[in-house]
Amino acid sequence: MASIKGNTSEKRHLKRFYYTIDQAIEKPFNWKQIWRLLVYLKPYTKTYLLGAIIAMVVSTAVRLTIPILIGKAAFDIAIANKDTTLLINLVIIIAVLYLINYIANYLRIKWVNLLGQNVIYDLRQHLFTHVQSLSNNFFDKRSAGSILVRIMNDTNSLQELFSNGIINLLMDLMTLLGIVTILFTLSPKLALAVLVVIPLMFYITTVLRRKIRRTWQEVRIQQSRMNSHLNESIQGIRITQSFTQEKENTEFFNGLNTDTYSAWIDATKKSAMFRPFVEMSNAIGTVILIAYGAHLIILGPDAGGIKVGTFISFAFFLGMFWDPISRLGQMYNQLLVAMASSERIFEYLDEKPNVDEVENPYEFDKMKGHIEFDKVQFSYDNDRIALHEISLEMKPGQTIALVGHTGSGKSTIANLISRFYDPTKGQVKIDGHNLREVSLSSLRKHISVVLQDTFIFSGTIMENIRFGRPDASDEEVIEAAKVVGADDFISRLAKGYETEVEERGNILSAGERQLLSFARALLADPSIIILDEATASIDTETELKIQAALRRLLKGRTSIIIAHRLSTIREADNIYVLENGKILENGNHDELMKQKGEYYELVRSQFQMLDAM
Amino acid sequence: MDTFKKLKQFYWPYRKYFFGSLFFLFFVTAITVVYPIILQLTIDEVVAKEQYSLIPYIAGIFIFLMLVKGVATFYHQFLGDRFGVSTVYALRDALYKKLQVLSFKYYDNAKTGDIMSRLTADVEGFRFFLSFGFAELIRIILLIVISLSVMFYYSIPLTLVTMAAMPFLIVVVMKFEKVAHPAFRGIRKSFGKLNTRVQENISGMQTVKSLSREDFEIGRFSNSNDDYRKNYISTSELWAKYFPLMEFIGNVCAVALLAFGGYLVIDGSLKPGELFAFFSLVWYIMGPLMNVGYVVNMFSQAKASGERLREILEEKEDIVVKENAIKEPIKGHVTFNNVTLTYTKDDDSALKNISFDAPPGKTIGLIGGTGSGKTSITQLITRFYEPESGDVLIDGKSVQEYDLKTLRNHIGFVLQESFLFSTTIRENIAYGNPNATDEEIIDAAKRAQAHDFIMDMPKGYDTLLGERGMGLSGGQKQRIAIARAICVDPSILVLDDATSAVDMDTEFRIQQALKEVMKGRTSFIIAHRISSLKHADEIIVLDDGNVVERGTHDELLKLDGAYRRIYDIQYQDHDTIMNAVN
Repeated sequence: MASIKGNTSEKRHLKRFYYTIDQAIEKPFNWKQIWRLLVYLKPYTKTYLLGAIIAMVVSTAVRLTIPILIGKAAFDIAIANKDTTLLINLVIIIAVLYLINYIANYLRIKWVNLLGQNVIYDLRQHLFTHVQSLSNNFFDKRSAGSILVRIMNDTNSLQELFSNGIINLLMDLMTLLGIVTILFTLSPKLALAVLVVIPLMFYITTVLRRKIRRTWQEVRIQQSRMNSHLNESIQGIRITQSFTQEKENTEFFNGLNTDTYSAWIDATKKSAMFRPFVEMSNAIGTVILIAYGAHLIILGPDAGGIKVGTFISFAFFLGMFWDPISRLGQMYNQLLVAMASSERIFEYLDEKPNVDEVENPYEFDKMKGHIEFDKVQFSYDNDRIALHEISLEMKPGQTIALVGHTGSGKSTIANLISRFYDPTKGQVKIDGHNLREVSLSSLRKHISVVLQDTFIFSGTIMENIRFGRPDASDEEVIEAAKVVGADDFISRLAKGYETEVEERGNILSAGERQLLSFARALLADPSIIILDEATASIDTETELKIQAALRRLLKGRTSIIIAHRLSTIREADNIYVLENGKILENGNHDELMKQKGEYYELVRSQFQMLDAM
Repeated sequence: MDTFKKLKQFYWPYRKYFFGSLFFLFFVTAITVVYPIILQLTIDEVVAKEQYSLIPYIAGIFIFLMLVKGVATFYHQFLGDRFGVSTVYALRDALYKKLQVLSFKYYDNAKTGDIMSRLTADVEGFRFFLSFGFAELIRIILLIVISLSVMFYYSIPLTLVTMAAMPFLIVVVMKFEKVAHPAFRGIRKSFGKLNTRVQENISGMQTVKSLSREDFEIGRFSNSNDDYRKNYISTSELWAKYFPLMEFIGNVCAVALLAFGGYLVIDGSLKPGELFAFFSLVWYIMGPLMNVGYVVNMFSQAKASGERLREILEEKEDIVVKENAIKEPIKGHVTFNNVTLTYTKDDDSALKNISFDAPPGKTIGLIGGTGSGKTSITQLITRFYEPESGDVLIDGKSVQEYDLKTLRNHIGFVLQESFLFSTTIRENIAYGNPNATDEEIIDAAKRAQAHDFIMDMPKGYDTLLGERGMGLSGGQKQRIAIARAICVDPSILVLDDATSAVDMDTEFRIQQALKEVMKGRTSFIIAHRISSLKHADEIIVLDDGNVVERGTHDELLKLDGAYRRIYDIQYQDHDTIMNAVN
């Protein structure tokens, strides 16, 4: 039951807009998905991945060795024994190790990024290619913006995981393990004492950080809500000013702005606690080191104590603890976000095109354009039937007009000819071939559809026309433009065919855009051409020009015209009058007028209305 | 600094947060440097001299200092963030308010994407510097100065030897900033291109599919995708080159420290604990130094961002309401006296000496090709633009005398592009009149022939429209836009090509309904179809900003001019068919 009641109050405008946020937040860990992601690493396992791991192992080993060399060897032996030669040797060794570290780091960063970028490239390529193969009903259900977010942002959010994430995970585990081993070797007692801070650090990095991240998520949600509104308010500014809603909108925005502000303050408060906690846990470790370490030094090595050098090594390693633990915690959070993104990516990849090709489909080499509908039934969703067992025939070279009200099934017939959808029952055949058994690209190569809105891709006019047939030469493009009468206005532009145009640009008027789409269609040289309300948004002057172009375009092809205007319909070889998915009658204009049926009524009422207005 | 001075009004009210943050920063930095000193004392005073009774004191002092540092760190960061966030709040409010009042003229030349990037990226850049950059700069200076002082206090020669490599580090850091900046821009740019490529592909999917150009599109996408990858990889090449190098220079310092410091300890002129403290202090200097370039960069970006924000904030408002503006309700008598309109100085005038009179109750039809000036006339009535010369009068007074709100409240405008907002159908219809009752909303919808299809939707008037009114056909959007205009109960109604996507019998019914609504009020109808405006009291035929013909439908037909030509095209078979029918 549709609702009529709503709220009316003084403050109504404060709740006037609704913005839904379609954004990946986080998802629980899922091994299956991880495996599916890891497959993308496969082509690079023996090259970049292996190289990066080796470089990582080398640099981690060096980083773990040097504190021992400085602490144990330099302080405890060389300096304590006043052994200058040993000191010099140690300095040289350390210098060399640092040099190796330098090279290893260089290679690691390089390979890690090569790995990450290639994987993301492959993933995005795969996703985009797959989306291209999906059928119309996929695009019917989703907004362009939400598809864009998945192809661009969701893949990008996996970038960090695939480049630094995996290598860092290995590096950090290795570092932690190395440090713990070394500390226990140096002094098990002191190691045990100092390592009590590890659980504390883990707590901070996982639990506290997660809480912090949640608050930032709230900030991001508020911000994208605010950005949605900003975007809309700029695009709709003319409406807003026409209806003088500037003040009301400012008040609405102030609400959004305040929400964002509060979310933000909350988040900064929580994240400002992070560093103090980290440092406190470090401080606890240091105090233990000072107190217990000093005690052990006094005992002396002979009584189970330690030397000063060991103490220094401990101090060094304690400082090295934090980074890997912190990164591991971060990594875990990153994985949860990656789970959300990859789930969204796989959701698209698992989507099957609902018009599918059979194996070894028939390839149209040449098409005559003989179209037959044999008891075709179709419904978009299961509940409403758009076409009821329709049978019709369109012979090569004929012009066929489809007439009827909105929702009568005109566009559906056109969509079935291009096989954007499959009939639920019955068969659609072209030149005797059932469309389910032909190759999609060879079918559509021979069919051009001209819609009411012509989509202009950013690029030159030349490129836009060439979109109809990418291998056409400049001469062929210009020839096509001349035939449909587009050459006139194109030549008048300062840069002619090289003029840059774009979808939202206003260089081209609606009529000029339509002429471009005619040129596009002509260049494709189709056997079947479908005009779906192609001339509805054109002013009369332009329509005159277009009518001539249209005749040239349709010549020698099977043409299906969907239109309101009688002038275009009248010349058709056969007119089908549709209502609620059924054919009421058909014939040419004169025949139908004589029949005094539905068509006759349609024509009469239209003209009566014209006179009445 | 000019930018920061000009934007002062937005951050100066919150200065207490900033100074508070700086105050705590001082403690944070001072205590950071104390850390290696404590370790040095432990080694040299406690261990070497075996004064173990000092340990509890050292530990106690240490814990106390770390507590202070923890609290100070919290407040330093929190207050700094608060400073930035508060400023951004004020800035955003001001920007939004400004954007609401900027005239059509501004938006004619502005791109949504550009304004959006100012409102998001630039505001964020400015905030980041306020919250973080400025304090970071001070922190770096403090840390370096204090650490260097301590080092000099311990040993002057050792400090000099250790810091010998510092100039190299500075050179490398500066060089990196210089190359990194353009490289990052390159990444962003190629990402933007890839984004546009995908967006276009999806928006144009109908065209792609009908021409079967999927493979071609995949090819174009691959190019952009590859371009982005290449850009990213060449930038990461820079990271690979510079980051390990910076670290290496720092390590060279450490090696020099070990060699010379070790020698000094053996020599007896330096204590082991002091040498150890040096190891920490070196990184207190090297670390921040590696950041200097970043912070300097942030500063120049914040400045550039601030300038872009100022451009919006200081944009001239060219439609100004006079003092003592008229606020009385208007009846709707519209008069044009020799009105000329020029959008941009060098361009040809859009309207040339236009005059007409439209008393209340009259309907004026405007017809003519694209760019003939039809829309311009109606946009002068609402004062979206100012005429170059001549007068636009309403009820005998210039539109400039009226309060804008009063003026526009009495005009119902249906624009060519029927933009709907992301909200319910109900709120969209009530947009111009938030106080409208449900009855008024439904009444408006009925008159616009929208009620029936709205009630056919599962949620009726509560149906949410998203992303530029998705899910509705062009004709349905136009009908809601018409209902929205009727809902303000206007004295003047302007329909700018408002029924182009509506089929003929619906249009007929809309016109019947409007006739009743607009009794005693003034209507302007812009249309391509003769049928939409043939009943108008006066039809003005425009060409290139000039009135070429005017009169009623019948008068114009007799003139046998431009109007007649349009009529003939649209009605070419009218008579023959009518004859056949009757």
